[in-house]
Amino acid sequence: MNRFAFHRFWAIVLKEFIQMKRDRVTFAMMIGIPLMQLMLFGFAINSDPRHLPTAIRAADQGPFARTLVQALRTSDYFQIVHEAETETETQRLLQLGDVQFVINIPEDFSRKLLRGERPTVLVEADATDPAATGPALAAVNTLASSIFNRDLPGPLARLQAKAGPVDFRIHAHYNPENITQYNVVPGLMGVVLTLTMVVITALAITRERERGTMENLLATPVRPFEVMAGKILPYIAVGYIQVTLILVAARCLFGVPMVGSLPLLYAVALFFIAANLAMGITCSTLAKNQLQAVQMAVFFFLPSILLTGFMFPFRGMPEWAQAVGSCLPNTHFLRIVRGILLKGNGPLEIAPELWPLLLFLVVAMAVGLKRYRRTLD
Amino acid sequence: MNTTDLVIDVTGITKLFGDKTVVNAIDLQVKRGEIYGFLGPNGSGKTTFIRMLCGLLTPDAGTGTCLGYDVRNQQPEIKRHVGYMTQRFSYYEDLSIRENLDFIARIYAVTDRASAVQNSLECLGLANRSHQLAGQLSGGWKQRLALAACLIHSPQLLLLDEPTAGVDPKARREFWDEIHRLAADGLTVLITTHYMDEAERCHRLAYIAYGNLLARGTLDEVLASARLTTWTVTGPALPALAENLRSRDGVEQVVAFGNTLHLSGRDPAKLAAAVATVRDSRYDWKQTRSTMEDVFISLMDQAKDNFK
Repeated sequence: MNRFAFHRFWAIVLKEFIQMKRDRVTFAMMIGIPLMQLMLFGFAINSDPRHLPTAIRAADQGPFARTLVQALRTSDYFQIVHEAETETETQRLLQLGDVQFVINIPEDFSRKLLRGERPTVLVEADATDPAATGPALAAVNTLASSIFNRDLPGPLARLQAKAGPVDFRIHAHYNPENITQYNVVPGLMGVVLTLTMVVITALAITRERERGTMENLLATPVRPFEVMAGKILPYIAVGYIQVTLILVAARCLFGVPMVGSLPLLYAVALFFIAANLAMGITCSTLAKNQLQAVQMAVFFFLPSILLTGFMFPFRGMPEWAQAVGSCLPNTHFLRIVRGILLKGNGPLEIAPELWPLLLFLVVAMAVGLKRYRRTLD
Repeated sequence: MNTTDLVIDVTGITKLFGDKTVVNAIDLQVKRGEIYGFLGPNGSGKTTFIRMLCGLLTPDAGTGTCLGYDVRNQQPEIKRHVGYMTQRFSYYEDLSIRENLDFIARIYAVTDRASAVQNSLECLGLANRSHQLAGQLSGGWKQRLALAACLIHSPQLLLLDEPTAGVDPKARREFWDEIHRLAADGLTVLITTHYMDEAERCHRLAYIAYGNLLARGTLDEVLASARLTTWTVTGPALPALAENLRSRDGVEQVVAFGNTLHLSGRDPAKLAAAVATVRDSRYDWKQTRSTMEDVFISLMDQAKDNFK
């Protein structure tokens, strides 16, 4: 008598579909937001910045100095935009932000090099943004070990860079060229779904309460679980549209490799979408009005971007932040998406990330149901 | 279904919001086919009481049955057989008339849904406008739609919370004709209202103020139980006379109705004495039957004295 009844659940589903269809603007946003984020994040974010403006203060114009400058140019990281004369000039350029780097070649550079005295080249960086300078500075170090070998033939060969006692071979798996999009675009799937799914359902129950339709709904025999499930199902469909949009764009626009199984990804996405929808509904039952509901959704959305490994490396965060991040479904979904697409992970490899998603889904649903019951009493 | 004739039978129903008693130990019996009017000032606990009857709220104290089901723990069964029309229009404004009816019919698993919806649309006289959005309807039509929607699952009890607020007189009359038709077919109706003329169209009445049930019975019984004496007077300079009378002992109400003043009080002797002091040939004094409104105001004043 009190059990789940399909006809009531289905009534809610149909009603939600009709309302979604009527609310054109919201529907357009649900499709527009992922596309816009894809364009912005996909094309705009680059964690390996190149062609950074650089000033050179070369007190030595000898052939070795010229080789050095040439090597910096060809490394792609440095774009030499200024040839400075004095230190005051270089300091001013850094201060104004006109250049990111200043490379100071001392006047005794060639002489010291030939004498084997290891001349010092001072590289000054505007390190206000470490992410911008890091890759370029790393490149400088590798330059030093190789550029002069060609210019130091015969008896000078003893000055060539010596190999270290250990030969480190680096194989950068899954993304050897360090292409940012390979990391960002699959990650966007989790971010877009979190944003739209939570916000949309956060409004779902608050809207019913604000418009007064909730009282009517409660007076009918419809059960809380039927309402929640009925409100979730239509948006699962929307979530899948978003997943598909992002996958198509990842493939066609960004050339992201898709090594693993797409059906597996679609299957796992179901749990992630449902987890976010349940979270949204829970916000919805906690909030007193639609504004509060949206604020709660944003409150959930920010850590879902910042603490999940979407923008910043997860392992770079302190323990407590990792612990918080581990409670967010997006953290696990990001690993699953990247795992499936880039590494070709199968069900066994993603299992450790799947159960936290399921746990989150169950908890969010339970809290939502418990809160929903108390909406009038 | 139980066979007893009492559709609502509750005793001592109480509801607290925090430490405020909103409904205080109310007893109520309503027979099948009866139209029971619930009167009382705003915030008197009428809506809360109705919500407890239809299973939206659980009483903090008291026991009883609604349609033979326990109001404390058989709420799902009650909801199935009750039609509840909320004070505020609470169907979906972004759904069409037909979609709203169809939605409710699906929720209650109405057999032969399509024809039930079609019938309901035709009874409403909305068959040709069924695709109009509910939000575009005027107040009177919204009320008719709401009534149709809460009848679609053929409930045995109709709970109507101020159904005619903001509805024009013609629509109200049609609404009441419909209620009487339904009651004649055996439907029980509990209705809250502020309109005195509507109170007079109910079989029985209850008057509730500040959570307490103050009077109940048929219209005549309620009028009699107020033990109110009323005089009317016509003549010149009535506003001055009204001012004069208002301060007299035994005069509880002085109300102007056009060219007539109504004078009411609970103590007939004191009231007669007050009248005697100002009586002269210019005025035409008559003792009349108290109206429902006189009684209503009187009960409200007493309630204020007793419970505030």
